[in-house]
Amino acid sequence: MKMTGAQILVETLIEQGVDTVFGFPGGMVVDIYDKLYDKQDKIKHILTAHEEGAVHSADGYARATGKTGVVIATSGPGATNLVTGIATAYLDSIPLVAITGNVRNSMIGRDSFQEIDITGITLPITKHNFFVHKVSKLADVVRKAFELAQSGRPGPVLIDIPKDVQEAVFDFKKQPVKKPDPIPCCDDEDINKAVKLIKESKRPYIYFGGGAVRTSIGEDIIKLADKLDAVIGCSMMGLSEIPSDSPRFLGMQGMHGRFASSVALAKADLIIALGVRFSDRATGKTEKFSLSATKIHVDCDRAEIGKNVPVDLGICCDIKDFVDRLIKAAPQRKNTEWIKKVEQLKQREADAYEGLPFLPRDTINIISDNIKPDTRLVTDVGQHQCWAAQFFKFRKKRTWITSGGLGTMGFGLGAAIGSSIATNTRSVLITGDGSFGMCLNELATAVTYNVPVTIVIFNNHALGMVRQWQKVFFDGRYSNTTLDRKTDFVKLAQAFGAKGFKATDKKSFEEAFKKAYKVKGPAIIDLTIKTDSLVLPMLKPGGTFNNLILRREDISDAEK
Amino acid sequence: MPRNKIIIAIYVDNQYGVLSRVTAMFTRRGYNIDSLTVGETESPEYSRITITLTAEKNDKDQVVSQLRKLYNVKKVIVLSTEDCIKRELLLIKVRNTEQQHADIVEATNIFRTKIIDFTDEAISIEATGDSQKIDAFIEYMKKFEIIEMCRTGIVALDRGGTNIWSEHED
Ligand SMILES: Cc1ncc(C[n+]2csc(CCOP(=O)(O)OP(=O)(O)O)c2C)c(N)n1
Ligand SMILES: [Mg+2]
Repeated sequence: MKMTGAQILVETLIEQGVDTVFGFPGGMVVDIYDKLYDKQDKIKHILTAHEEGAVHSADGYARATGKTGVVIATSGPGATNLVTGIATAYLDSIPLVAITGNVRNSMIGRDSFQEIDITGITLPITKHNFFVHKVSKLADVVRKAFELAQSGRPGPVLIDIPKDVQEAVFDFKKQPVKKPDPIPCCDDEDINKAVKLIKESKRPYIYFGGGAVRTSIGEDIIKLADKLDAVIGCSMMGLSEIPSDSPRFLGMQGMHGRFASSVALAKADLIIALGVRFSDRATGKTEKFSLSATKIHVDCDRAEIGKNVPVDLGICCDIKDFVDRLIKAAPQRKNTEWIKKVEQLKQREADAYEGLPFLPRDTINIISDNIKPDTRLVTDVGQHQCWAAQFFKFRKKRTWITSGGLGTMGFGLGAAIGSSIATNTRSVLITGDGSFGMCLNELATAVTYNVPVTIVIFNNHALGMVRQWQKVFFDGRYSNTTLDRKTDFVKLAQAFGAKGFKATDKKSFEEAFKKAYKVKGPAIIDLTIKTDSLVLPMLKPGGTFNNLILRREDISDAEK
Repeated sequence: MPRNKIIIAIYVDNQYGVLSRVTAMFTRRGYNIDSLTVGETESPEYSRITITLTAEKNDKDQVVSQLRKLYNVKKVIVLSTEDCIKRELLLIKVRNTEQQHADIVEATNIFRTKIIDFTDEAISIEATGDSQKIDAFIEYMKKFEIIEMCRTGIVALDRGGTNIWSEHED
């Protein structure tokens, strides 16, 4: 059937199973919006307050479901407003298709009004991007973009479509959706080598990340750990894949991870790394990372193997296949000493925290205890994010949504909206006063679409995470990290048409939270947190997990 | 770790913008390209890019794996520096003077290069060979006044009957 480019785009989106897109219109996508208008029954368009909000929403949609998120923006400033969101998705390997309009082919290269080379700008932050010269290529480019976003290691793909291509007419025929090629299985030889290393080990540690979420292998990891008598830890991106109360699970490791998991990682003699990239945040100084441990690294991206940390056995394959086969091939092991040692670490961790009142942790506990298991926990970036990662009790998969690799302040509200819309469930956003200031315009979106998002602002009147570094490493010289703002978040919520609550301690928070959680649409709780609360443990710069700062008292030590 | 010169041959889609995608990968990952050549191949849909760089073993693996992830990259091989045929082309223009003219001509003969332009002011010479020969020739020509020169960077093929699509070890 003959159609315009804009129509072909919309039809191809429908063909690819897209039911929701996030975006913001403009002159160079007006043709696309006109065709979306005809297909409102098939594709729901969510109009955000800002393109950055739209791309974070599309990202949140993808994280909550595993499906590809879609965002549309106009040329020039619309396109550049997507950049932070695309980079956020790129660093966390999130499948995303970003569609931008551009000026006509005949106007390209002349610095025309709102012309920007968005394929050039996004080159290093996309898996691939396309500039569509001709309408005849459009449908296949869109299909390829969806295939690429989901294939192998997922990631964002951008399609830039000049206006004349949107207007031009071409034949369109619906096609069946092409499934991405499966990731290859591993060889028997690799399994044999892994079994040999396992037999030589006495202190095994399984470290998993976003790849495990992607392949949904939480149960298999637990089975493998049982077989190897191993303990388990994860990166920021791995959280929620296995329940927090799994007996062998020590929680998130890393710079601000749990004490027991980070120290166990440093003491292990065998590390089995599944779907991770040995990020510096998860491993500390990579050159000094667990030098004595034998390392097995399994990932679907060959370029990750040996990139950050040299490994003894690197396998590029489907991690699910590897784990399944290793469970069968590995002997039942018993590492009594190791498990006892780890129990001691857990006890030391418990002794350092427990009994002491600590509002950030108590708040996260109250949230854990008062929400349904399928509620998504979304965060912004800072201390509040680390506390949530450390203390939240995850019960269901894909309920943790955070910007791990890029650490994007302002990610939270957009992502929470996207994940709630995708799953039709409530999300709880844990944000900071600094981060919330970067994305609060999206409250308008949450109110308009009546999105059930409960927003908890950890209001420490500070850019707390940076301030913590200044305290520990810069002699408490708090340059530009004190937020002496007069914002009244309760009134702000009301001004946007949302509900607002205030809390100052454990008790008032619990009351406020129970109320806010029942509100149909968005609600804000402004929770006062002490300005000098710290995220502990903490890794010294260039330090290793053998000398973590566990208590406040240890900080003066670190300064020496 | 020892750093070696490596030669990488890459087949890419013969399309607009592909070269910048390939070079952007090197920039982004912090690898320095020593030389780069691009040109047509036996099949019109592909271009061949030949890149030389100085790298450790780890870097080599990383470069190759990152290149293989690029959508427009169809094939990447690392050529054996000892066992491939490789050539570079140099054009060099030196000042022609009455006193030096005979020496210049003699040098071109000894190095088996070719004079391709000759005027009262200047002599232009074409040299082909492997990089060491080109280096040596340039070094020698520094005796004279070099007005301008340019070299192409290496083009290289495997020896024997194989081509880029044949089985290669990394
Ligand atoms: C867009 C962006 N700008 C700057 C930073 C650097 N940064 C990391 S955490 C942080 C402080 C965040 O403050 P807030 O949201 O109030 O969280 P808190 O640490 O106080 O809980 C800053 C400025 C960042 N991660 N992202
Ligand atoms: Mg703050």
